[in-house]
Amino acid sequence: MAYKDEKLNEEKVFKDPVHRYVHIRDRVIWDLVGAPEFQRLRRVKQLGTSYLTFHGAEHSRFNHSLGVYEIVRRILHNFEDRPNWDPNERLLCLCAALLHDLGHGPFSHSFEKVFKLDHEDFTQEILLGDTTINAILSKVENGFPEKVADVINKTYPNKLVVSLISSQIDADRMDYLQRDAYFTGVSYGHFDMERILRVMRPMEDQVVIKESGMHAVEDYIMSRYQMYWQVYFHPVTRSAEVILSKILHRAKELHETGYKFALKPTHFLSFFKEKPNLKEYLALDEAVAMYYFQIWMNEEDPILSDLCERFVNRRLFKYIEFNPNLQMNEWMELYRLFNKAGLNPDYYLVVDSSSDLPYDFYRPGEEEERLPIHLLMPNQELKELSRQSDIVESISGKKRTDHKLYFPLDRLEEMSNRSKTKKRILEILYG
Amino acid sequence: MSRMLENHAKLMHFFASSDEIVGRKKLQKIIYILKKCEVPFEERYQFHFYGPYSEELTLRIEELCNLGFINETKEEKKNYYQYRYQLTDAGNEFLKHYQVELPAMGERITKMKEKSSRFLELVSTMLYFEHLSREEVEEKVRTVKSKQNYTVDEINEAWGFIEEMRRTLH
Repeated sequence: MAYKDEKLNEEKVFKDPVHRYVHIRDRVIWDLVGAPEFQRLRRVKQLGTSYLTFHGAEHSRFNHSLGVYEIVRRILHNFEDRPNWDPNERLLCLCAALLHDLGHGPFSHSFEKVFKLDHEDFTQEILLGDTTINAILSKVENGFPEKVADVINKTYPNKLVVSLISSQIDADRMDYLQRDAYFTGVSYGHFDMERILRVMRPMEDQVVIKESGMHAVEDYIMSRYQMYWQVYFHPVTRSAEVILSKILHRAKELHETGYKFALKPTHFLSFFKEKPNLKEYLALDEAVAMYYFQIWMNEEDPILSDLCERFVNRRLFKYIEFNPNLQMNEWMELYRLFNKAGLNPDYYLVVDSSSDLPYDFYRPGEEEERLPIHLLMPNQELKELSRQSDIVESISGKKRTDHKLYFPLDRLEEMSNRSKTKKRILEILYG
Repeated sequence: MSRMLENHAKLMHFFASSDEIVGRKKLQKIIYILKKCEVPFEERYQFHFYGPYSEELTLRIEELCNLGFINETKEEKKNYYQYRYQLTDAGNEFLKHYQVELPAMGERITKMKEKSSRFLELVSTMLYFEHLSREEVEEKVRTVKSKQNYTVDEINEAWGFIEEMRRTLH
């Protein structure tokens, strides 16, 4: 029997708190799960620094990847014998679902921003390079790793296949919303996924939703909206991200200026220079990064050691709402005052914007920017969701954005009460 | 001054060099093409149904509008809404306080604005695959953009346009 058709003698199941069970029958999927590049995802948290706000949010990209695979498996089960669906694409979809996040690095959001990397590039490298994953995919058929890479890159010709993994209502989002809600413990993020899966219909270019399922999709859009503001944009998590980014900036700056680290930052050197190669990239997971942060708490450089101590012991920056347009003069004055107070404003006075975060809203696809969610009407016409649903329309109109100013209040409080600088800083910050 | 809103400032500088931009799709593709021509915008792009698209750019533009630095005008068209973007006086004022180091791009922006969004979608799609050989790029365009039915002439014009964009320094 061809490798691509091989089934396990007995179905394997993973217990899963979100989907109850993840079912594996294909030999290829089982082999991929066992590959070191996939196992590495156990050591990369799904929500980065959110665990400092929601103590339960320690789940990993490994959990999420299995979840996305399971959702796609269930969707494809429902698609069997439906028009527009080509069953020959099944294994490709399952592999792409399982492997879609393979290139995520440690605290990937901050790392990617500071070192100007893109995890999608590394996903492609793992799929196409000299890796165990590539060896397994190559056994399926000639050109199969390239096909999986194309699906994940959204450049595969069959857009229906792409839309299962990546569209505005895809298996990726359906898993992370529920999983992140479960592990953070918040009561948002829940929606009737079983119902959505039942009303999904394959069309030539995309998955559409039977009109009768509109309310289930409204719930999904609402939970997405709430999760962004309640979990993903949480100001405390953003404080941790700010500190983490500043640690990476500081370590890079020190390296570039010839600073002698007490512990040579071997695992970071390629990140400091240019783009690390795949081997170097995969060697730096969150456990390794955290090891350095703990050791750097004892570095001589006072900024690096302070920032690391803050991150490790959760002594985060405080914040106020900030409007860069209306408060430009205050910003310039604060910048001068922080310098005067001996607090380097490049590290201790930080404006963070909602667009600095990687999550996205539902967009109705105006002017052909992104493909929207389409409802399949009883007369077989397609209608864009927000044109049919008042609820969705109301939250896909004017977008809420915000900017916050982060600073170490504890350091300001330590200053003498007689200090005019301190008085003026606190006056600007708190009025 | 420090790095407050550095990426926002780059975009404001772009609008200051371009008078006005009409169309969100056009805006997305122009920034992408400039980025591929070594203008250091940091918005990350992914390939979407209509070619390279950056959610970060969309969000940042929304922030700039909400802050009053960019003015967005919505116009109703036949089947969709069209948007116009211009730098406001407040945006100009902000830029006065900000040292933005970007290569001059006015001439390139003018040339791109003269083109249709269909053409810019083709150019940005070709740039997305530029790590491939010329034949492979054209093959990719034919498979991922099959519905657009780009002609050989359009593809040739796009190659010439890419060269021109990279040649033009200001």
